[in-house]
Amino acid sequence: MELTATTQVPFPGQVHPTEGGGVLISKLDEVINWARSNSLWPLVFGTSCCAIEMMSTASAKYDWSRFGFEVARATPRQADVIIIAGTIVNKMAPVLKRLYDQMADPKYVIAMGACATSGGPFFYNTYSVVKGADHVIPVDVYIAGCPPRPEALIHAMLTLQEKIKSGGTREQIKIDKDMNIING
Amino acid sequence: MQANIPFWVGGALIMSLTNEKIQQRLQEKFGELVSGFEEPYGMLTFAAPKENNIKVLQFLFDDEELRFQFLTALCAVHYPERKGEELAVVYHLHNLVDNVRIRFKVFTDINQPDVYTATSLYSTANWMERETFDFYGVNFVGHPNLKRILNVDEMDYFPLRKEFPLEDQTRRDKDDEMFGRGGSFM
Repeated sequence: MELTATTQVPFPGQVHPTEGGGVLISKLDEVINWARSNSLWPLVFGTSCCAIEMMSTASAKYDWSRFGFEVARATPRQADVIIIAGTIVNKMAPVLKRLYDQMADPKYVIAMGACATSGGPFFYNTYSVVKGADHVIPVDVYIAGCPPRPEALIHAMLTLQEKIKSGGTREQIKIDKDMNIING
Repeated sequence: MQANIPFWVGGALIMSLTNEKIQQRLQEKFGELVSGFEEPYGMLTFAAPKENNIKVLQFLFDDEELRFQFLTALCAVHYPERKGEELAVVYHLHNLVDNVRIRFKVFTDINQPDVYTATSLYSTANWMERETFDFYGVNFVGHPNLKRILNVDEMDYFPLRKEFPLEDQTRRDKDDEMFGRGGSFM
């Protein structure tokens, strides 16, 4: 598989050739989605070992900036996507919720690894672990693994890009619904 | 100070502070109060009544020979079978000059788990005692801020006490023998 987002989903629209150039015809929604999907800024957020893999994905060897993720933000107010990299314990849950609430729309969530997906190795016999981060905030993409390899994280991010481009995120569906109500 | 640094003589490391010496100093000072001396894996271990824990720690800290001025770790152990002294508070102390470590225990009744705080001696005991309180419910008398540190504030039990089953008792997919607890191994 070729790992470039732009080859998976091409720019939305057609070029009508005319004399001395061409006219690009597209939908504004699709252009906005295309732009958004290619400049996702992740929040610096890691609660356990998955964060080590996430750091590896960000650094030179795997380099997620090839796909438009390079600007990791240390504040939720400037971030677009939160990668839940690690175990969420009961004490962390309200913090995670608060970070998510502080992010500006449109915002996306990736649950990285077994702990963030379901509690993972802490599913049984625990007194402190949240059994899946989706009990706290809604999740767009889940990654399997303990921890997932950097390739898996990159694949999840490309999947999120495709989801945004196809208008399949929760955010998009909500906007469509609201517009339908307004337009009758 | 120079004389206290370990040095090699004839192929043997000469430690200026040996376990025997520490034990001797403690027994000179406290007599019958200090007890249960043993050396698991070469580390001197002993116990004292919980009322005397600060006196012993203070002596270990101030004594010019012993100089145990670094608290490496502080934790508790729950021994359900030791009636009347179910909880042990364990101090790991380090003499950084002679590079010697010792282990000091006090035992307390789980129904009245009051132990004097070591925060006046070791600032690092502050968070360690909060953690020990959090997980075992040891009440450190005199602690400046004794509240939960790792678990949620609403928790109304002490999770590392052995009154809870280690895991789901209905599971049949784990062979106890493989975990050294039952089966034909024990």
